[in-house]
Amino acid sequence: MVNEVTIRIGGESGEGTISGGDILALAAARWGYHVYTFRTFPAEILGGPCLFQVRISDAPVKSMGDFADVLICLNKEAYDRNIGELRAGGVLIYDPSDFTPEANDKISYAIPFNEIARKEMQLFQTKNMVMLGAISGLFGPPLEAIVQVVQSKLSKSRKSSSALMEKNMLALDVAKRYVTERTTKQDQYRLGAVEKADRVILNGNQAVVAGALAARCGFFAGYPITPASDIMEGLAKELPQVGGTFLQAEDEMAALAAVLGASYGGVRSMTATSGPGFSLMTELIGLSSMAELPAVIVDAQRGGPSTGLPTKMEQSDLSFALNAGHGDAPRIVIAPANVADCYNLMILAFNMAERYQMPVLFLTDQSLTARVESVERNVFQAQEVQERIQPQKLEQELVGVGAQTFRRYAYTASGISPMSIPGKGAPSYTATGLEHDEHGHPDYEPEDHVAMMQKRYRKLATAAAELPAPTRYGDEDAVLGIIGWGSTEGAIQEAVDHARANGYKVAALHPRVLSPLPDETIRTFIGSVQKVIVAECNYSGQLANLLGAKFGLQAIRVNKFGGIPFTAADIFRAIEEVHQ
Amino acid sequence: MTQSVINPTPKDYKSEVKPTWCPGCGDFGVLNATYRGLAGLKLAPDQTVVVSGIGCSSRFPHFMKTFGFHTVHGRGLPVAQGLKMARPDLTVVAVGGDGDFFSIGAGHLLHAALRNIDITVVVMDNEIYGLTKGQTSPTSPQGHVTKSTPYGLLASQFNPLATVLTLNTSFVARGYSAKPKELAALIEQGIQHKGFSFIHVLSPCPTFYHTFDAWDASVTPISANHDTSNRAQAMVLAMETEKQYIGLLYQQERPTMDQAAHHLVQQAKPFDINQYMKRFA
Repeated sequence: MVNEVTIRIGGESGEGTISGGDILALAAARWGYHVYTFRTFPAEILGGPCLFQVRISDAPVKSMGDFADVLICLNKEAYDRNIGELRAGGVLIYDPSDFTPEANDKISYAIPFNEIARKEMQLFQTKNMVMLGAISGLFGPPLEAIVQVVQSKLSKSRKSSSALMEKNMLALDVAKRYVTERTTKQDQYRLGAVEKADRVILNGNQAVVAGALAARCGFFAGYPITPASDIMEGLAKELPQVGGTFLQAEDEMAALAAVLGASYGGVRSMTATSGPGFSLMTELIGLSSMAELPAVIVDAQRGGPSTGLPTKMEQSDLSFALNAGHGDAPRIVIAPANVADCYNLMILAFNMAERYQMPVLFLTDQSLTARVESVERNVFQAQEVQERIQPQKLEQELVGVGAQTFRRYAYTASGISPMSIPGKGAPSYTATGLEHDEHGHPDYEPEDHVAMMQKRYRKLATAAAELPAPTRYGDEDAVLGIIGWGSTEGAIQEAVDHARANGYKVAALHPRVLSPLPDETIRTFIGSVQKVIVAECNYSGQLANLLGAKFGLQAIRVNKFGGIPFTAADIFRAIEEVHQ
Repeated sequence: MTQSVINPTPKDYKSEVKPTWCPGCGDFGVLNATYRGLAGLKLAPDQTVVVSGIGCSSRFPHFMKTFGFHTVHGRGLPVAQGLKMARPDLTVVAVGGDGDFFSIGAGHLLHAALRNIDITVVVMDNEIYGLTKGQTSPTSPQGHVTKSTPYGLLASQFNPLATVLTLNTSFVARGYSAKPKELAALIEQGIQHKGFSFIHVLSPCPTFYHTFDAWDASVTPISANHDTSNRAQAMVLAMETEKQYIGLLYQQERPTMDQAAHHLVQQAKPFDINQYMKRFA
């Protein structure tokens, strides 16, 4: 028996596919397993195909799994769409009243979900409980683990009642009994008991919220947009509990404008959006850079351009994030690779915004926003929070209150100038999007524009020097290197592991900070291998273009842009092709 | 020791940056009225922020000794609201022109009025785009011939006061740059009002649209008998176009969003990550 299984559930949006999957993932994780989920949603609230996939293993998992070991189809369409991704020798579970599968090499279990829910339970909504009961009976997660999750979820629901709870419990039980008595197990997947571990189970958006709170974010303004709205909703609820404030803005321009206003007032501030909202924010990104105001902007990328694919992943905002806005406007761009990063790098994002006084763009994507991972609890720790540099008391005394002789934009070696925060005794100044002198007064003299531009860009050089370098993964003597960014790291690393086990010499590099780029580390990495693959989920190869322009790299481009993230198999196939 | 001015005079709010406006610009009158209004309230320059957008009038913060934020075109209002939400202890004044508030930033005006965040807005309306040298604005009269409407303006004229009255704005007033004493008094009242204060100021442009004489003739003080709690009556004054009424049209005290938000945080505790993560265990 294998102590790992990847289960995919395909169904119709609104019939409990996702919520059933969520319960399964949570129950498995609480039972002590590592979990990693992947899901797709239609853009509509009700109706449309959706799928949920969870990989459950007793060893750490870094990707969604290459194929489904078990495919549960809740209707014929789910079967048609997903059967191609069921592993050879995998398990198909279906309801014979929905359809009859074609003859194939899979193991099939026919379970009358609909009949059990409708006739035995007299409540069709228990269908996902019937499914979970069957999973428990066939593949091992103990019913108690599932019951616990269902009870805690249902008790929080506004539809909760003791009758409903009873029906759900009964459905789980009946279905488990049904498969135990009526099916003959022919597959090898059975999860055995594991040791309990101290882990937490959460998705990327939830980790972003936790990171923002740990970074002492005190203000959030935003406008609802898929797939970033959870961040806004989370902070709307949590900020008042820790002394912060929240504003739902009328549009994304207003959202970032309000963030800059709050930041000007000395409060650590952020917004969260996706591509279409990010497009609207660009004028304010320029202002943040020019007026040197800290701001953290989360862009949960989705398929573009325009309205694009609201509920699908893509890594296609990199070029835009690096360049958004007119003129030369320094900014920091950070891309987390996993749920733990969403927490730790959010704290880094705030610290960098405050220290370097510029916009920090934080690029997650749809797959990471919704990806549930089990993460060691000690990953989530309190961290030191970097404060922005304020004028020395002495300087305030010399200058006097209200005298606009304070050099807010003083030329310094690091480029970072002390920033005054409105309040008793603080020297005043006017922040402006116009080019200005050291005091902040409008100034278009050529030499002053040159000096101010150099000062602003000096901060990026300071940031580059102060950042830790990304680490190489894989062989020291690799002949093939793979460079990626963002949420694809796990799939790349699993492919590297697999390739090395097959005798290939491979290494990977996955920079988290994309502006300023860790130039030396990348140059060294490129120089250490014969060929470089740049793998990214976009059409045009945005990182490959950047590395080509900066380092003259002629990369082998591996691009996937259908809205579904890389699997480790995708990357492994690319490695094999290079070696042929 | 830092010095704080005990009895400030208007010039204590004046910065060393010289205004960039044309001689005779109405905005000088508004600037002087603002100095006077802030001095009248003895507002501390280090706890007052003047926010603006883009346009001739939006250079305003540079001419003030208070804190200032000269933002981008149209976004003064959301910047000011974010600042006040995060720092309700500060006095926040948003200034700008008719382009900023009624055209590129018009969408923000609606929501600012509805939220009732405690900021004071001073719109310097000259019914023309000055900084870009004479194109039509939302408040230009229908038929007006400008560089961008060589055959006459086809759109209707925007009515700022009537618009904000429909949005339940809690303080609505109009002033005239040629009457700085009265305007200073309105600015004082607006800042003292707890809520979103909207002060529409007729501030003529001597270069691109000379309205001094017409406004001198049409500006009429609101009668002392006017009931400022009567929104319907205020609307009648706002809809009048032959006369341009100046003074306080409407005022209503109601809860502000910044105060409501800060009531919520009374029970706040410092964030504890270990406690917080328990929900994900």
